[in-house]
Amino acid sequence: MTPGEPLIRWDWVLSHLGDVGQRLGEHLLLTGLAVGIGCLLSLVLAVQIIRRPRLYGPILGAAGVLYTIPSLALFALLVPITGLSLLTAQIGLVSYTLLFLIRNAVDGVRYVPADVREAAIAMGYTPRQLLWRVELPLALPVIIAGIRVATVSTIGLTTVTALIGQGGLGYFILEGLQRFFSTPLIVGAVLSVALAVLADGALVLVQRWATPWARWSA
Amino acid sequence: MARGPGQAAGHGAAVEFERVTKRFGRDAGPGAPAAVHDLSLRVPPGEICVLVGPSGCGKTTSLRMVNRLVEPTEGRVLLDGQDVAQMEVTALRRRIGYVIQQGGLFPHQTVAQNVATVPRLLGWPEARIRERVDQLLTLVGLEPARMRARYPGQLSGGERQRVGVARAMAAEPPVMLMDEPFGAVDPIVRERLQDELLRLHQALGTTILFVTHDIDEAIKLGDRVAVLQEGGRLAQYAPPLELLARPANEFVARFVGADRSLKRLALVAVADAPLADLPIARVGEPASAARARLAATGAAQLLLLDVADRPLGWLPAAALASDGTLAAEDVRAVAAVLPPELALRDALARVLESAVPTGVVVDTAGRYRGGLTLDAIAAALRAAAPPLDPSGEAAARDAAVPAGAP
Repeated sequence: MTPGEPLIRWDWVLSHLGDVGQRLGEHLLLTGLAVGIGCLLSLVLAVQIIRRPRLYGPILGAAGVLYTIPSLALFALLVPITGLSLLTAQIGLVSYTLLFLIRNAVDGVRYVPADVREAAIAMGYTPRQLLWRVELPLALPVIIAGIRVATVSTIGLTTVTALIGQGGLGYFILEGLQRFFSTPLIVGAVLSVALAVLADGALVLVQRWATPWARWSA
Repeated sequence: MARGPGQAAGHGAAVEFERVTKRFGRDAGPGAPAAVHDLSLRVPPGEICVLVGPSGCGKTTSLRMVNRLVEPTEGRVLLDGQDVAQMEVTALRRRIGYVIQQGGLFPHQTVAQNVATVPRLLGWPEARIRERVDQLLTLVGLEPARMRARYPGQLSGGERQRVGVARAMAAEPPVMLMDEPFGAVDPIVRERLQDELLRLHQALGTTILFVTHDIDEAIKLGDRVAVLQEGGRLAQYAPPLELLARPANEFVARFVGADRSLKRLALVAVADAPLADLPIARVGEPASAARARLAATGAAQLLLLDVADRPLGWLPAAALASDGTLAAEDVRAVAAVLPPELALRDALARVLESAVPTGVVVDTAGRYRGGLTLDAIAAALRAAAPPLDPSGEAAARDAAVPAGAP
């Protein structure tokens, strides 16, 4: 950055509004896709764990290992195989959501009170009805808490996907770094933080709407 | 209070335990300790059978073998003569109501959805379900319009328990299993819920197996009471009065308590006690005539009746000093008035609180019938011990622990 230049140049912001909108849209799409795929994958795996509790250790272990791989390293490893593609970005992003999503779904179901589960069985619920009508709905607050964590961290991680040419707000951060120009860097960083806060707030509203009973139970 | 067994409408099913033993754990061989030991017990259709005993006596395990939450290690459980192990398990459970402590309600469903659980599983049409839910809520004393849309978290303990009972009865099951359903509510609510259960039972005639550790609850609710002791052995299976009058062994005697005679008072009605003739006087009678009668009987006071023979209160000699006629204002002490259906326990309490230690028994219209003395209460208690029934007695002895066991 050139000394004496202002931290943020509003004329650049105003002249790039279209760009900003496009990158914001890309960011949302990348995040939404990753969290969506992550949810589906996690649900499938969580249901397997609930049916066969022995799988808890191995599956959570694997998700934990994935989570600890630094994102830059993961993308670097994937690029030779899947190229600079959306697939590469999504493999990375989805991988990081799995730990929270699977663990919360399984734990949420495990926290279902024993008397509630027993009452359901005693009234003649089949194991499948028990899972889909009682256990998963009751785990919903914990599941949504997992989705919130996954969404916020994915929004942060998606800034890195600019490195493999998938756009998103990371594009501005990268541009700012390359050109020693602080304005796009700040725009990218601030917008991704704002997006995370808004997405988290939106999910809180979704949880209130989806689990109206939750505020009455201890 | 005093009820005969099996007086309800015939809609319940018979439940029978046939030499049932349950051992838990991997090593459930014949040597392992049993949770339930060689239990044989028949609950006739429409009766309330209470399983009572200390913790670890196997009462809950026994209950759970009826709807196969627990499978017996040996023996069979029969529902209307049919082995439950041969029935499809979810179909069996949908035919058996189940109520547990705290209700076990689904927190994520409204009261209406909770109550509709089994009808929905059975695929009833929506309109019929809605109608049934409202009917059930009313039946258990909840206002449908106010309660329908609430979540269990918004209800009091007593309301939750009522919803639990309504849910269990939803599909008109011939059998209901209740596992300490009133254990978590305060004593006043508990007593009200017990009374409501008796009322519902009289109306519906469902067979009920009820687990509790509270002997008073057992005596109040049970047509028959099964006392279980540690190791899952049946110590005695008898109607409450017989249990109190003739405990089968030392364990039962200790479990029903040293005050078992007082408990029996709760099961005998005033109408079953012998009545004494009291010296009486009537409103409008000359005081002099009453005075003479009092002197002749040697009693300390007369009972004053109104023109319709209803007791007004006691007149001691001092109240008869005037020369006029007797009026209601002359009464010096309130009489303990006892309607015929009142339990002797409550009658005794009223007599002890009264200034004159004799109760005044009236008929349903409130007319004087006779006096109830403390001696008469004792006599009624002696007479209320049911006669020895040789077959029933033998069965109870067979079921009891072998001699020498604690």
